Amino acid sequence: MLLALLAIGPLVLPEFYVTLLNYIGLYALVALGLVLLTGVGGLTSFGQAAFVGLGAYTTGYLTTAEELPAVLSWFAVSPWLTLVAGLLVTLAVAGVLGLLTLRLSGHYLPLGTLAWGMSLYFLFGNVSFLGGHTGMTGIPPLSLFGFELRDGRHLYYLIWLILLAAVWMTQNLLDSREGRAIRALKGGGIMAEAMGVDTARSRMIIFLVAAAFAAISGWLYAHMQRFVNPTPFSLHIGIEYLFMAVIGGAGYVWGALVGAGLITVLKQWLQDLLPRVFGASGNFEIIVFGLLMIFVFHRARDGIWPLLARAVPIKRPARAVPTGEPLARRERPPPGTTLLEVKDAVKKFGGLVANNKMSLEVRAGEILALIGPNGAGKSTLFNLVTGVDPPTSGEVSFLGERVDGCCSREIARRGMSRTFQHVRLLPAMSVLENVAIGAHQRGSAGVAAAAVHGERGEEARLLAEAARQIERVGLTEYMFDAAGSLALGQQRIVEIARALSSDPSLLLLDEPAAGLRYLEKETLADLLRKLRDEGMGILLVEHDMDFVMGLADRVVVMEFGEKIAEGLPEQVQCNPAVIEAYLGGVD
Amino acid sequence: MDLQIALLLAQDGVVNGAIYALLALALVLVFAVTRVIFIPQGEFVAFGALTLASFQTAKVPGTLWLLIGMGAVISIIELAAASRRRGGRRRLTLALGWNLAYPAVLAAIVLLAKPGQWPLAVQVVLAMALVVPLGPMIYRLVYQPLASASVLVLLIVSVAVHLALVGLGLLFFGAEGSRTPAFSEASFSLGDVTVTGQTLWVIGASLLLIVGLYIFFERSLWGKALRATAINRVGAQLMGISTTQAGKLCFLLAAAIGAMSGILVAPITTIYYDTGFLVGLKGFVAAIVGGMISYPLAAAGAILVGLLESFSSFWASAFKEVIVFTMIIPVLLWRSMTTRHVEEEEE
Repeated sequence: MLLALLAIGPLVLPEFYVTLLNYIGLYALVALGLVLLTGVGGLTSFGQAAFVGLGAYTTGYLTTAEELPAVLSWFAVSPWLTLVAGLLVTLAVAGVLGLLTLRLSGHYLPLGTLAWGMSLYFLFGNVSFLGGHTGMTGIPPLSLFGFELRDGRHLYYLIWLILLAAVWMTQNLLDSREGRAIRALKGGGIMAEAMGVDTARSRMIIFLVAAAFAAISGWLYAHMQRFVNPTPFSLHIGIEYLFMAVIGGAGYVWGALVGAGLITVLKQWLQDLLPRVFGASGNFEIIVFGLLMIFVFHRARDGIWPLLARAVPIKRPARAVPTGEPLARRERPPPGTTLLEVKDAVKKFGGLVANNKMSLEVRAGEILALIGPNGAGKSTLFNLVTGVDPPTSGEVSFLGERVDGCCSREIARRGMSRTFQHVRLLPAMSVLENVAIGAHQRGSAGVAAAAVHGERGEEARLLAEAARQIERVGLTEYMFDAAGSLALGQQRIVEIARALSSDPSLLLLDEPAAGLRYLEKETLADLLRKLRDEGMGILLVEHDMDFVMGLADRVVVMEFGEKIAEGLPEQVQCNPAVIEAYLGGVD
Repeated sequence: MDLQIALLLAQDGVVNGAIYALLALALVLVFAVTRVIFIPQGEFVAFGALTLASFQTAKVPGTLWLLIGMGAVISIIELAAASRRRGGRRRLTLALGWNLAYPAVLAAIVLLAKPGQWPLAVQVVLAMALVVPLGPMIYRLVYQPLASASVLVLLIVSVAVHLALVGLGLLFFGAEGSRTPAFSEASFSLGDVTVTGQTLWVIGASLLLIVGLYIFFERSLWGKALRATAINRVGAQLMGISTTQAGKLCFLLAAAIGAMSGILVAPITTIYYDTGFLVGLKGFVAAIVGGMISYPLAAAGAILVGLLESFSSFWASAFKEVIVFTMIIPVLLWRSMTTRHVEEEEE
């Protein structure tokens, strides 16, 4: 219906509205990139207008310059080739800026974008071959199969076609293996790394995609206006793009369209109205935009789209349990093989020695329980083993290879998977998707394949694997619920399913039984026994003694960062040092 | 370039650098205590200078209306909040005093008396009295309800506040720039170079402010409370330090530093309604040099920015801004090499 309206729009609307819709389309394309970057990925850029400018200026320069260096001249053959050139330039610039800023904590990126948004703008205005502040004129119109798109009505179809294609591809991307990794960036960095996701790469991907959308928008803009000058690429416009995304609903693909439409129309109207009200000319609409933004953040932080979406009933997607061929499994080490070996591991935080000369060993086909009073250093040891923190000294080996100093992603790839003491699920995502993140490293389809949904075969297998693990831990009925809506104990079980879907040889569980009821604990113990019998090694940190003693093959006891006892459950229970640690000694 | 020009440029650079240093200090202060990256810092520069200029042209500065308006809104909010809970009478009286009575008194002074004929020093005090309270008011209206939001949200909100204030600046003061008379007409010659009295004023006042801030943070209870809040918000709260009060105090200091900077430079450069943004951003470049944490590094960065700017305006004046803002890239590179990858984000 909406599509039909879009299609006949230019045939019935007056010129003015077609132009307005063209602008909305161009702006929405940039805002769409920001939805991916800011709303989904939690990164922010004020400098998207500068990327738009790069796209526009590249094509402007290549199509109008009198004499081009030989290397560049073949780009000038057609505006379609200058699009490629513009994308290359933009991606190169964005790549460098991304390398510089993406590694730093959250606020450096936006601050960096403020600065280079500023400096690119001044550069456009001061470089003589780009026409300085007056700009460049005489940019040729686009042509398609020999048909020149001179009229706004013709360009309209191209703009909206590209925009809808971009929306489609963004949605596809988000609903894929890479997309789950991207959605985990905001608030799930450590978890994603522990599941084998290269978060730095995911950040770079969305930064580049957002820059590319901006460059395409700039290219279209240059051929629509047929001239370019620096003004539309200033920092203020960059800020406006961000406002469009945030006001429309930064977490939602369609929010970009709503935001771009709203801001563009509002700007048109206010630019007309306010100067008359105030009796002076100037960009007074920014006052309203500023106040509107503050209001949105105070009252409706998710923007307008979710409010609209609630008003309109939308079809829920079918909820069939995914099926697919099983994924390839890694080779199981035979039972009894040493999986994990920690030797004399020391971890100091400043003067505090959290782990002192800790050694332990986990073999395939056994459950080793690590117990100790609060603050004994169990979680620190977990972090050393899984690569979240490097040890100060000592060795950690996995399957005979040193892994201390490796990042957690690398360790996860070798077949170690973990759960977290403080549950790290993405609460808004479904249980199925959360568990599928665990299978991330078992897939290989890239961003391009995901964008056009060319990886559905692999995706089905990944989801089927996730579904199998959910079934295995007994949470099938919650598969499509938001993970945050489950009880805490169940969320811990979801974490186990997620760890299992990475097909680990060694499973590290940090207090899995906390918050479970008696029967649930029994079920969990049965599951862990079954996994052990299949040859998996399990390292278990737990406080519930009944649970531990009935389940573990061996027990290691820690206190004050040191190992005080090790042995069979019965032996450890009689060990005087252990009894003193737990019950307190007689002084 | 000969020595004389070099000295002249250096003098220019140090004067601007001193201003950037002040702004950088304010930015670091606000960020450390409230986690707000205070983009509107620059608007206080423009508001301070232009309010003073309004007095001299015998106009009523628009900042007065802003003060009255924001005061009224806050009063309504506080009254509404007070009607919902018992007690807190004293707090309400205090809030109404500052947000209704204070603006009213100032309005009476500005509208009835003729501050245009008063001596410059009194005009400066009056301009400060008008502009500085806007800082804590903005905190109360905009940031206090968002105190627990992420740095990113606070940053975007800051940009929104900046836009609104620039728009209001245009409305209040028009598009034309203004200059104010110098604090002192004296000038001295050191060898070949002439040093104006205003230059000395800027540098002297900056140094004085920096020393003052140092004493405030080292010696006074409030200063220590701010430092405690900067180091650990929750810990400070448990020690009975109100983070809301700390936030307001920070914004007060930031507004005062901003307005004072504007009043100091207005005799040297023409100030437009939107000048503040560029000046503030340069303060930012300096603050980023200090990693948004270190005061001395930020101050050193500010002098560097000032010198870079004045020398590049001589060699490549068209690219002055490009050079200054591109400087941030090697700085970020250096910081990304030295900072360990921060993996977990807040929220």
